[in-house]
Amino acid sequence: MGKILMKGNEAIGEAAIRAGCLNYFAYPITPQSEVAEYLSRRMPEVGGVFLQAESEIAVGNMLFGAAGCGARVFTTSSSPGISLMSEAISYISSAQLPVVFVNIVRGGPGLGGILPSQADYFQATKGGGHGDYRLLVMAPASVQEAVEMVMKAFPLAEKYRNPVMILGDGLIGQMMEPVEFPEHLRSEPSNKDDWATNGMDTRKSSKPNLVKSLFLNAELLEEHNLVLKAKYDRMKQEEVRYESYNMDTDYQALIVSFGTMSRVCRTVIDNLKAQGFETAMIRPQTLFPFPEGPIKQAALKESCKVVITLELNMGQMVEDVERSVQGNRPVHWYGKAGGDVPTPEEVIEVIKSFF
Amino acid sequence: MAKTFKKPEALSDQPTHYCPGCTHGIIHRLVAEVIDELGIRGRTVGISPVGCAVLAYNYFTFDFQEAAHGRAPAVATGIKRVRPDLIVFTYQGDGDLASIGMGEIIHAANRGEKFTTIFVNNTVYGMTGGQMAPTTLQGQRTTTSPAGRNVEEVGMPVKMAELISALETPAYITRQAVLKPKYVVRAKKAIKKAFQYQLEGRCFSLVELVSTCPTNWGLTPVESITWAEENMLPYFKLGEYKTPDEVEED
Repeated sequence: MGKILMKGNEAIGEAAIRAGCLNYFAYPITPQSEVAEYLSRRMPEVGGVFLQAESEIAVGNMLFGAAGCGARVFTTSSSPGISLMSEAISYISSAQLPVVFVNIVRGGPGLGGILPSQADYFQATKGGGHGDYRLLVMAPASVQEAVEMVMKAFPLAEKYRNPVMILGDGLIGQMMEPVEFPEHLRSEPSNKDDWATNGMDTRKSSKPNLVKSLFLNAELLEEHNLVLKAKYDRMKQEEVRYESYNMDTDYQALIVSFGTMSRVCRTVIDNLKAQGFETAMIRPQTLFPFPEGPIKQAALKESCKVVITLELNMGQMVEDVERSVQGNRPVHWYGKAGGDVPTPEEVIEVIKSFF
Repeated sequence: MAKTFKKPEALSDQPTHYCPGCTHGIIHRLVAEVIDELGIRGRTVGISPVGCAVLAYNYFTFDFQEAAHGRAPAVATGIKRVRPDLIVFTYQGDGDLASIGMGEIIHAANRGEKFTTIFVNNTVYGMTGGQMAPTTLQGQRTTTSPAGRNVEEVGMPVKMAELISALETPAYITRQAVLKPKYVVRAKKAIKKAFQYQLEGRCFSLVELVSTCPTNWGLTPVESITWAEENMLPYFKLGEYKTPDEVEED
């Protein structure tokens, strides 16, 4: 199949179907409502489930129920909606249910705005809901990458029995780009008979299954948290993904940037190169697990004088970058959180100011 | 010697954690009997609430999910939408259903989700120690209304069966009690009807059950029954509030 021109939000909806997920629960919120509009037409065509819930709180718990009985299921929302789902995300994480969340981030806090933002970095990577849990977080920088990340998210969520979040932004959701849906990324849902409440008759068993998050006994809760931690540690070992740019030069600055902001940074690196000034970039594709090792290694290159984190927020990922660089190089940050994406010229000025 | 009375297959052997005189035990048994009689244990999924019945799954022998506080109707919606062949019920108390979960129950009922809700109304938050619930009666003392529920401040107790039966969509809404054998017999019939309607693919059904909480009421089990009959039944009137036939006639 060739490439077709699609809006990010619609492509994300189609990608889930192509991945083999036919169950979608959602609540409208700008700038991602087109996903629900698209799937309200598409799901009936493919015999899937589409339900517009009464709130994001309900959506989160519908996902809990549907995933708990063994179905592949996903939702899309934007920042304030993800805040409301965070209760359910905590329960889903504890009950170890595979669910895919897409957050088309808008400006915050509060109602914030409806323009692109990366201000939910902390919420996605450090929690949002209560308790010790982690989401596997992927950040696309194009509509094509959003499609592929959505398609990969379902088997990953099932591999770890853990929620996966795609952290996009308003630009990824709203812009149109050519996309294709790689057939090899379609996957069969895993067998969930050993834990899902899919009915004892369905799995020909006389043993009931239980989906829960309550452990009143301290030892049992400790044990449960260790099981979860082991999964997150395994993700750190196996799931780190990043892309590097212009690394085979004697770059003087290492840029760390993700998603939409990283596309501006590519132009910046090209323009600076034309001026005879080499910079390079590491673009985390997974925000959790975070590419700590590769960033440290890249920062340690002798020619590299500074590390600069560029993000569409007031400085969130910079904490992870500082942690990765471990004091070996100065780490600077620049970003905007109002909804404007900095221009290449603006970024170049900023980079030069650090020299 | 042949056994003439035995535990339903849908009930486990585990002794419950419920207080002496608590009516959860009766209601669990009624649900289990109905599930046995309808032969649906192998395709039933229960949803336990937050509250005293959070551990209900320990006492049944079929699949269960444990919901966040008040969210059981959303969880049940998720299950029933993706697996319409499963028989799904929520088991919720009054704090769970009528307070924090008011939004979820109303919208699930109004969408006509094809699951059944067993709603246990004993006028207090049991698990957290007897605080005031939306169903606490006027003047009733609880740990957060020590001078008695002041309706000037917090309004009148919520009548859930009436409230939900005001919606056009739901199929079967009834309020029964489990205070004495005569009520228990009727309650079982209502629970069975609700599950039968679900089996027939009819939409949402809710069975509200007037119950007791001797521990948090500070009464003996027997006094609790008398108190509920004298105080709850005049306000929470028993009866069928909505039946599928009415819905069809419309």
